[in-house]
Parts: sequence; structure tokens; C-alpha cells
Amino acid sequence: MKDTRLRTPLGRVEGLGSARTGTSHFWHQRLTAVALVPLSVWFAASALAYVGAERGAVAAFFAEPAEAILMFLFIVAAVYHMSLGLQVIIEDYIHQEGVKLALLVLNRFACWGIGAAAGFALLKLAVGAPA
Amino acid sequence: MDANGQSPGPKTRSPGKPKARPVSPHIQIWRWTVTMAASITHRVTGMALAGGTLFLVWWLIAAASGPDAYAVFAGVAAHPIGEVILFGLLWALAFHLLNGIRHLAWDLGYGFTMSTSRLTAALVYAASLLIAASAFAVGMMVRGGLGL
Repeated sequence: MKDTRLRTPLGRVEGLGSARTGTSHFWHQRLTAVALVPLSVWFAASALAYVGAERGAVAAFFAEPAEAILMFLFIVAAVYHMSLGLQVIIEDYIHQEGVKLALLVLNRFACWGIGAAAGFALLKLAVGAPA
Repeated sequence: MDANGQSPGPKTRSPGKPKARPVSPHIQIWRWTVTMAASITHRVTGMALAGGTLFLVWWLIAAASGPDAYAVFAGVAAHPIGEVILFGLLWALAFHLLNGIRHLAWDLGYGFTMSTSRLTAALVYAASLLIAASAFAVGMMVRGGLGL
């Protein structure tokens, strides 16, 4: 039987598609989504109890190992999920190649910048024990 | 040969002469459906939550920085505008979370029929509002009970 498939044998073996990343974007979006189901429920409950609370109470909360670890995981999963989601929005609506590339780079920088800022502040609260 | 004297078969595009092809109507043409609204709301709440991370960063950095920085944040959080932002983000999170679970169910192959899809979309709207309102009320009581 004649092979009518349009893909090259190498392309089929690699299975990565034209973007060279295969399904990793899709998969990581789902992986972080599943992680965020329990983490965001925990985060919402914690934020509702402690947003605007006294600074000492907030610091004491994040100084607890379990809370600090959960918050760290929440920040990483949320920032990664956010960067993947915003990337799709940029790809959907921005069609000018140069502008798109600039926004995609900016998106990654901004998301991980936010993550680094939140992570550093958390670290300071968790181990710095500010008076 | 057909009636116009042309050969049947695939027509080729003549170069330099773009053909007026039919285009898909844009969103203002379509009748609104609850599934379409849920899809758009999912994206909009996702963007709102991305903006909300800036408030999270502000909260954590203010708490880590010192009493003066934290007082500014606490002032905004206690202000009615701060409460509105908190409720809005809470609802956005509840919606995005519940509709995200709907998406994960689809990924596993469940809930694809039109009737189920419409029902779950409506449920996500109702449940997210209910959860956000009750969680917000409990949050206010907890913070009030702690004398904050």
C-alpha cells in the first residue's frame, strides 16, 4: 500500500510537530492545573484569613514549615500556569511576528519576575523572622 | 467538461488575484450561549487572576519589608475598594478553578454532550458565585473574630 502520509519519517519518529515542543505546553498546563486544584483552595482559605491581618500574624503563619512549603508550591505552580495561559492569549490575538515575539519574551520575564519577588518575600517571612 | 466548458477537478488560485473567500462571522454575530460565555469568562478570569498575583506580591513584600510598608497595604485591604478587589479575585478564582475542573473532565473524555456541557457551564456560574459569596462572608467573620 502506498504511503500517503505527508510527514517525513524523521518527523514521525520525533513526534514533536512543527513547533519542536510536541505536547509539552498542553501537558504542563494540565499538570499545573491539577496541582493548583488543592493548592489554590488552600491559598484562598489562607488569604481570606490573613489578608490585612496584623503583620506579626502573617509572618508567624508563613514561618510554619507546612504553610511555607504549600505557599512555595502554590507560587511555582501558579506562575508557571499563568505564563502558559498568557502565552496562548498572546499567540491567539497578536499576529505581527515581531510584536508577538517581544510579548512572549516579556510574558516569561514578567511571570517569573513576579514568582521571584513572591518567593523571595516568602523566604524572608519564613526564615527571616522579622520582628 | 461541465456546462461552463470547464474541466472538473480542484481549482487552482490564479496568482496575484486574491479570491473573495467566505469568512467566519465574528463573535458579535453569534447568538450567545452559556457554553460560549463560560469559555470567554474562563479566559477573562485567567487574565484577572494574573493581575491579581501583583496584589499577592505586594502583600508578601509588604509583610516582609516592615511595619510602614505593611501599613500601606493593610490600609488598602481594609478600604471598601480593597474589599471589592478581594471579592472579585475570589470569584475569579472560584470560576477559573471550577471551569478548569470542567476542562480536565473534557481532557479525560467526559461531559462532551451538549446538554451536559450546558448544564455544567450554568453550574459553574452558580457555584462560583455561591462559593465566592460564602467564602468572602466567612473570611470577614474570621478576620473580625480575630479582632483585626
